[in-house]
Amino acid sequence: MKNSRLLQIIILVLGFGFLYLPIISLIVYSFNESRLVTVWGGFSTKWYGELLNNSQLLDAAWLSIKIGIINATIAVILGTLAAIVLVRYKRSKMRSSLDIMVAAPLVMPDVIIGLSILLLFVSLENMLGWPQRGQLTVILAHTTFSMAYVTVVVRSRLISMDRSLEEAAMDLGAKPLLVFLTVTLPIIAPSLAAGWLLSFTLSMDDLVIASFVSGPGATTLPMVVYSSVRLGVSPQINALASIIIFVVSIAVLVAGLMMHKQEKRLAAGG
Amino acid sequence: MTVETPIVQLQQVSKHYGGVHAVDDISLDIHHGEFFSLLGASGCGKTTLLRMLAGFETPTKGRILIDGQDMTAVPAYDRPVNMMFQSYALFPHMCVADNIAYGLKREGMNKQQQVERVREMMALVKIEQYAQRKPHQLSGGQRQRVALARALARQPKILLLDEPLGALDKKLREETQFELVNLQARLKTTFIVVTHDQEEAMTMSSRIALINAGRIEQLDTPRRIYEFPATRYAAGFIGLANLLTARVVSQQDDIVTLYSDQLGCEFNVSHGQPLATDAEVSIIIRPEKIQVTQRSDNAVNQLKGIIKEIAYLGDVSIYYAEIAPGIRIKFTQSNVQPLAEQPISWDQEVTLTWSAYSCGILSQ
Repeated sequence: MKNSRLLQIIILVLGFGFLYLPIISLIVYSFNESRLVTVWGGFSTKWYGELLNNSQLLDAAWLSIKIGIINATIAVILGTLAAIVLVRYKRSKMRSSLDIMVAAPLVMPDVIIGLSILLLFVSLENMLGWPQRGQLTVILAHTTFSMAYVTVVVRSRLISMDRSLEEAAMDLGAKPLLVFLTVTLPIIAPSLAAGWLLSFTLSMDDLVIASFVSGPGATTLPMVVYSSVRLGVSPQINALASIIIFVVSIAVLVAGLMMHKQEKRLAAGG
Repeated sequence: MTVETPIVQLQQVSKHYGGVHAVDDISLDIHHGEFFSLLGASGCGKTTLLRMLAGFETPTKGRILIDGQDMTAVPAYDRPVNMMFQSYALFPHMCVADNIAYGLKREGMNKQQQVERVREMMALVKIEQYAQRKPHQLSGGQRQRVALARALARQPKILLLDEPLGALDKKLREETQFELVNLQARLKTTFIVVTHDQEEAMTMSSRIALINAGRIEQLDTPRRIYEFPATRYAAGFIGLANLLTARVVSQQDDIVTLYSDQLGCEFNVSHGQPLATDAEVSIIIRPEKIQVTQRSDNAVNQLKGIIKEIAYLGDVSIYYAEIAPGIRIKFTQSNVQPLAEQPISWDQEVTLTWSAYSCGILSQ
């Protein structure tokens, strides 16, 4: 009995260690005095200071956030529309092919997506002189695959939603658009939020596709980090990563608190 | 009542799904202020019929008139009809008051009147204290009331109810049946109920349409449907029934004399319509119409049998008597006597009899 309890604790510690040690060491080394990332040279916040002056890194971070937000918003709109078509409309040849097209980016390797989209953009540019490779092409490419993830998330929510709710709204005098806005949308809203966050993360995270389709002047954060790592990691990247982790943790904490509060309010009402 | 136009007129309405005829050429009039039931087994087409009235399905053929106006192509949101859904379909993100007000907002009613009407509706179904709750904080019975209030709030000409009591437990169901009837009598709104529960339909309705395989099997008052079922299906679906096959021998006034070759005995049955001599028909006898008699003179409407099964239900017992190999007659007896004195026991021989006026003839 006592042995198994000890074993449990050991497994727990190992598990948490596996998950969090890399992050902790990253944060710890962001406060490293030494220029070498792997050698501890004493506590310092100088890399944070230098980060603030490193316009290349900051610009790239800002660009990635901007692309992430625009991408996530477009992906949620298109992905939701696709999900509604796939769930609500009658089965037909068109629907089946849309189904396959939506699923394709989920299983296709990034390299292939990146290459094929690049080829499309290049031939379009040759024919029409548009689009110039840069921020726009990265957004378009990211939206293409993020949308697929949104569709999957929203679709499962739509399938589990009781159809008669929409019928009830219609029965009570709401025209289809109003039914969607007042009943369907609020009910599937959590999946839209999840889809948005997922798209944002996928976009922030993407190196491969962005490297293919991006042009001069549109270097995303992962691209900057990757290229600077090849020349030797600067502790500035640790500092930037620590800031991102801090912001994300705050966001998760706030979201958790809000949910907890809402649950408590509901429980108090009941 | 008879001169005014019916509130609902179905004219040769059919609904086909691929090759399946869910509703098959139904014509039907429902009058103002009726409590009308569509009764049938699951998959018989009754729900499709209700959904066509609500406007969620369009008929493949035929016309639907509501209050004299052709509504066949009118979408659900423009019909003077509201529906209470089987799942109640309460909006989970809105509180009770907002759920009830949803239809009023769509009408463009002003805020003051909305609040007034919502309060009135909540009082009507006795849920005033739950106005601010969300649907998931309510019990099944409370949810049912909210759904009812929401459907009635717009004061529809017709209220459609899809299995309104299906999700309630037995005791609550019985109470709610009477509440629905009282509510309907007070509001004078036409109620159309879909149900698979014959007891429910019998208790509540002014008329029942028994539906089988997309067609109306019988349309009548609960009493007449029970006492004079038109078909074998109707006889079997509503209540318990004994069916005996016999041959028409002669007919005098309203009494038909029949003979069963299999049982070797004669029956007298009251029947209004003329029947062809020698025609094979079914006689239907309800179990509670059968009496045990001490006489045994091989008179008409008399059968000898041996008790094979007894189902004790508390208030009554159902006895199964074998009258010939493979043919059993069910009859019920009230359990008036105390426990010790069982009137009839297994393997006892009994003589059963019934009046010519308490049985009927089915031609189909």
